[in-house]
Formats: sequence, C-alpha cells, structure tokens
Amino acid sequence: MIPVGALGLFGDAFDFVFSGQEAATGGVQVGGPEAVFDLAVKQVEVTLLALGVAILLALPVGLILGHRGSGEFVAVTAGNAGRAIPELALIALMATAVGVGLFNLVVALAILGIPPILTNTFVGIRQVDRSSVEAAKGMGMSDREIITKVELPLAIPTIMGGVRTASINIIATATIAPLAGVLTLGDLIISRNVYGDAGVLAGAVLVALLALSLELALSGVQWALTSKGLKLQRA
Amino acid sequence: MKLKYLMVLAMICALSVGLVACGSDDSDDSGSSSDSTSANLIESNADNEGVKLTIGSKNFTEQIVLGEIYAQGLEAAGYDVDTDLNLGSETVALQALKAGEISGYPEYVSTALTSFYDTAPEDVPGNADDAYAKVQTDVAKDGLEAFPPTPFQSANAVGLLTSKADELGVDKISDLEGKSQDLKLYGSPECRQRVDCLVGLEDNYGLDFASFTPVDIGLRYEVLDKKQADLSIVFTTDAQLGVSDEYTILDDDKGLLPAGNVVFLTDKKTVEEAGPDYRSTIEAVQSELTEKVMQELDARVDIDKETPEDVAADYLKSAGYTE
Amino acid sequence: MIDFVQIAAVDDSFFKDRSDGGCIQDNNLFCPSWVVDNYDRYVDPTLQHLVLVLVAVGVGFLIAFSLAILAHRRKWLASPFLAATGVLYTIPSISFFFLLLPITGRGTTTAIIALTAFTLQIIFRNVITGLRNVPNEVTEAARGVGLTPKQMLWRVEIPLAMPEIIAGLRIATVSTVALATLAVFANGGGLGGEIIVGSNLTFKTGIIVAGSIAVIMAIVFDALILLVGRLMTPWTRAAAL
Repeated sequence: MIPVGALGLFGDAFDFVFSGQEAATGGVQVGGPEAVFDLAVKQVEVTLLALGVAILLALPVGLILGHRGSGEFVAVTAGNAGRAIPELALIALMATAVGVGLFNLVVALAILGIPPILTNTFVGIRQVDRSSVEAAKGMGMSDREIITKVELPLAIPTIMGGVRTASINIIATATIAPLAGVLTLGDLIISRNVYGDAGVLAGAVLVALLALSLELALSGVQWALTSKGLKLQRA
Repeated sequence: MKLKYLMVLAMICALSVGLVACGSDDSDDSGSSSDSTSANLIESNADNEGVKLTIGSKNFTEQIVLGEIYAQGLEAAGYDVDTDLNLGSETVALQALKAGEISGYPEYVSTALTSFYDTAPEDVPGNADDAYAKVQTDVAKDGLEAFPPTPFQSANAVGLLTSKADELGVDKISDLEGKSQDLKLYGSPECRQRVDCLVGLEDNYGLDFASFTPVDIGLRYEVLDKKQADLSIVFTTDAQLGVSDEYTILDDDKGLLPAGNVVFLTDKKTVEEAGPDYRSTIEAVQSELTEKVMQELDARVDIDKETPEDVAADYLKSAGYTE
Repeated sequence: MIDFVQIAAVDDSFFKDRSDGGCIQDNNLFCPSWVVDNYDRYVDPTLQHLVLVLVAVGVGFLIAFSLAILAHRRKWLASPFLAATGVLYTIPSISFFFLLLPITGRGTTTAIIALTAFTLQIIFRNVITGLRNVPNEVTEAARGVGLTPKQMLWRVEIPLAMPEIIAGLRIATVSTVALATLAVFANGGGLGGEIIVGSNLTFKTGIIVAGSIAVIMAIVFDALILLVGRLMTPWTRAAAL
C-alpha cells in the first residue's frame, strides 16, 4: 500500500510549484511559479529546437533515399544504432569533450533525434503503394512533385511515428541537460541538494506532464496532417 | 616496447592481487610499512563484530576518498561496514544522517557552522580548535556528535585561469569590484544558496556577476578550460591547483570564505553502540591527512583517474594502518 | 583501544611526480593503455547493468505478452492497453525513478520498475500486431481442422507472429540497455556510475569505455535475439530481414 507519507510528499511538491519554499540551506527562496516556469520553458525550447534540427536534417535525406529506394542499409541501421546510444554517456562526453552550453546540448539532442526520423521516413516512403507512385509518374509529375504530393502525404503516419519517438528520446534527455549546464526541469530532479525532496517530486511530475503534453500535441499534428483518405483507410 | 609490456604485466599482477601496491610507472614501491609505523596497524577487535555502520559522504572526490578511508579503516577494526557515498550536498548528507540512513559522514567545520547553524562567515573561528569546540556544542543540540578534526583544512575559493587573472590584473577577490559584472561565474548547484559561496560573494563582497551557472562540482575546472566560465568555485585542496600553474585562486581578503577542518559527524546513539574503537579508528586513520597528503590523494583520483577505493586502500597501507 | 602514533608515517615517496603529463593526466580523448590496465573496474558495473536489463526485459515481456494475448481475445482491451503502456513509455525514465521514490525508495527495485515500464508498449504493440497479421485463411483453416482457440493461439498464431514479437523484443532490449545507464540516478547501479559519479564526469576515456560497453552489450543482445528468433522460425528464413 502506498505509505501515507507519500501522499504528504505530493502535497509538499504541489506547494513547491505554486508557492515556493525556503531553500534547504536557508536564505534563498526556491521553487515558486516563476522559477519553475522558466525551467519548463527552457526544456520545451531545447526540445523543440533539437527536434526541429533533427527533422530538418533527417527528413529530406529519408525522403530522397526512400524515393530512390537506395541506402536501405544506412537508413535502417541508423535507427538501430540510434537506439543503442546511451544518452547519459553522450551528454557527459559532450559536456567534457566539447563544452557545456545550449548549442552543444542541442547538437547532442539532435543526434539522438535523427535516427528514428531517418529510419521511419525511409520506411514510410518505401511502404507507399507503388501503384500510386506509378500513376503519378505516368501523369508526368517530377520527382520532387511525386515526393511532396504523393509519397509524403501517404507516409505521414509512419514519419510522424518516427518524430514522436524522437521527441520522447529528446525530451527525456533534455531532462538531464543540467549536467551539460543548461537548466531545465531536470535540475529540480538532479539538484536534490537545493530543491529538497518536494522539489524533486515536483520536477518528476512536471517532466512527466510535459512529455505527455508533447506527445499529445504531436498526435494532434499527425491527425491534422494525415489526409482524410488515409484516416478512413486506417479506421 | 618490451619495457612497457613488462610494466603492463606488472600492473595487471598488482591489480589482480587487489591492491594498488605497485603504484604507477614512476614511483617505486613505497615500502613504507617500515618499523616505525607498524605501531599504527589497526587490529580487528572482536567486540566490534556485528556492529553495522554505514559511512556516507558528499558528492565530490575529496569527500568520496575520505568516506572510503573511514570505511576501510573501520572495516579493518572489525566493524560490519557499508558505504553510501556520493549522497549529495551537505543538506542531503545531514538529512541522511538524521534519518538514520547513514551512521556518519565527513563534514567541514566551516560548512557545518555556516550552512547548518546560521553562523556568519566572519564569525567562524579562525582557530581550528575554537571552531571545533563551537561545532561540538552546536551539533550536540541535534543529538549528533563531531569527532576530532583532521589536520588539513579546505575552503571554497574563487578560481580562474592564471592567464585570465593576469589579464584582469586581479589577485584577491575584492579586486573583482568593478570587473565582475562582465564575468561569468560557475559553481555547484547549492552554491546559489550558500553564504560561503554565491550568496556571500554577492552580499558580503558586494559583487555582481554577469551570470551564475550551476554545474556539477566535477566540472569546476572543465568550464574554465573550455573558457565558458571566467570564474569558477573551486576548493583550496584541489589537486589541479597543485599540479600545474594553469589555475590560480583569488585571495579571500575579507575572510568570507572560511576554511574548515573535516570532522566526522555521527549521532550519539551510534557512538554508544559502536564502542570506543569507532572514534579512535576514525581519529587514527585521519591523523596523517595533512594538506599535502589530501591533495595527493585528490590528485590520484582526479588526475590519475584511480578509483577512490584503491586510493584509500593505498593510503591506509602506506601509512601502516592496514597491510 | 588504538594508541596511534602521530608522526609523518607517509614518507616522501608517497607523493607522485606529475610534471611530465601523460595521456591520462592530460585527459586526452581516449587512452588505450589505461583501459588495458583498468578494465576490471568496469566488471561490477557491467554485471549490475546486465542484471537490470535482463530483469527489466524479462518481466516486461511477461507482462506485455500477457496483456497482448488478453487484448487479442477481447478486442476492446487493445486501445486502453495501448494507451496505458503508451503513457508509461512517454514518461521519461528519470522522472519515473523519482515518482516511485516515495513508494519504493532509492535502489535497484525502483530502477527495474521504471525500466520495465518503458518496455511494455514496444513489446505489447509488436505482439498484438504480429497476432493480428496472421492471415485469416490460416486461422480459418486451423478452426476447420478442429483446433480449440487455445491450441490455435499457441500452435498457430503465436508461431506465425514470432517475427514481429522478436522484432519488438530486439527493440525493447536495445533501448533498455541504453536507458539502464540512467539507473544511477535511482541509486540502482549499472554503468551510469562510471559516467557521472565524482570525477568520472570529466574523464573522457572513462565515459567512452562505459558508453562503449553499453553499445556493445546492446549489439550483442540484438544479435542473440535475432539468432534465437531465426532458429525458432525456420520458415521465415526465406523472407528478408
């Protein structure tokens, strides 16, 4: 059974977020809506930046490779390899070999986000019904038109799946960004020193909520981008 | 090539015996289990068997090494020892001690006074004995006990690259007045709340910094190397300060970053249950810890990348406490 | 009582000469000779890591597999299960560790629970997709031959779903190996300690070694599962991947 103390701690966490507290060492206020909000904003900022960069880099490559049908080994292996990268080692190595700071962090996060997007884009395009592509070719569409008007729309569900996987990786790693000098909500969790157990719990809850919100938002984007025909087909 | 091969082989031998007995390439076998020190050998006392102790420590190298030294010493004395090192900052460690999660941990007298007992930095006694006496009275109110202090002291310090110090023309902290608003300061997360850290620098020295970025304590020299930090909070016993001239620390001219010897903080109940060897073993193993020795031990972990466990074991052996 | 002698028992040879630098002292990116000498400090963390992964994936598979079988029978359960495991998948593990903190405290158990939770959706989704993709003709034929639903499940559907199940297991395992490095935050051991504890955080060679062990472990597990999968499904060897 959940110990009663646990419920009390959730209450403390709630206080932490909404009214702030005296720091564990005394003297300075920690927590409170502004401070927590700043951390949350930073986490969202970092996540969206990295996700954007990852999409910008991986999507075109995936589209072209998928359209041409070449580079399957690279595209698929990238996905597998990307999954195997331990985020903690990546962030730590980057912090110590390259340096701490926002730019380096975004680069590291983008590296984590590229593999799933690349693989899923490739696979998504490959899985597009060949007859649709043939029909488009027959109509005289250029390669670029085929990709943008035929293949891409049909591959949206798979591609968005990759984007969502990437975003989960990125937001999870953004939580340990404080190790690289960028303060996100993860600081509440990692710097237990400063924020106390209430802060840690508040941080954990907020990160979870943030991740779920992002997932919901991306689901919404996917729904909006998926053409009606596809939606009917999948239902 | 062959010499290197032989050395590698020799080192693998040494490791497999479980002790870093042979040390590194340069030094010869210290062979300091000489006659004068055999008197120091810790004997296992049957009375201590069955007494369980958990030794904690804070989250940086010097603390982890100290924790290992105490733990291994107590183990040699016959206690049943567990370690829970790398707990976190002083508040986390104190919490763990009060909650009974650990039996004790090493704390700096200055930190205890300023962070736990609201002592202003200027009121921290400069004399080690006076400071110890004050800490003893303070902790007694919480049902805790502080064992006698180590020979060495450590303090927070404002560190920077020597080249930067020359460029700015500063050698003491007050010199930063007028310059600090353009300088980026990096420190530990808890530095933001400590009076012998950012709070003191801002309130007591009256300095305003361009920014303060909290980073893990382990990165305090990295951020200087990478030129991301102009100033970084370091410790006076850091190995990096002794190894090269690359870094320098600013003189604490107003005396607001007090130095503290280390005292082993534990609770009265454990002291009663553990018997006299608890205190005497702690006192024994720390008695050789001069500044020079502590810095050497820190260097072995931070620079030579040995594990704190091995470093502590080697220290205890070299000083004759274990064999 | 110990009567100790307070003299300089540590003599001058104790202090090492560090004036001539060296790979480790300069913290170069990678120092191979150091690795050769010091690999044994990674043994314990690697073993802990192995345990974390094996238990998490093992338990995760049992749970997710069971849920998938249930959802295969009662179709209406599929969506809620997918949603529930999806939530567990989306919540970052480190967050999960600390959400569990009030209940299970700091330690290996907490780490394993969080890691297990992460594997559930991957495995669940793959098992249920695999089962659904079994062609209708095959299930019809099986029913025609007189197999009970239970027999059909275990003798026909599951074997045919193996490729999907194996694929899911591979993905889950590789992800868990990478994720288990975070277990250090829950005080659960693993290779993460060699990456961030104390002065390891700035030790480039050490981070590379610890990270590489994790990557190698992931690759080995991936290959092993793939191999076992191939052995168990000889009829798919003709097909690609």
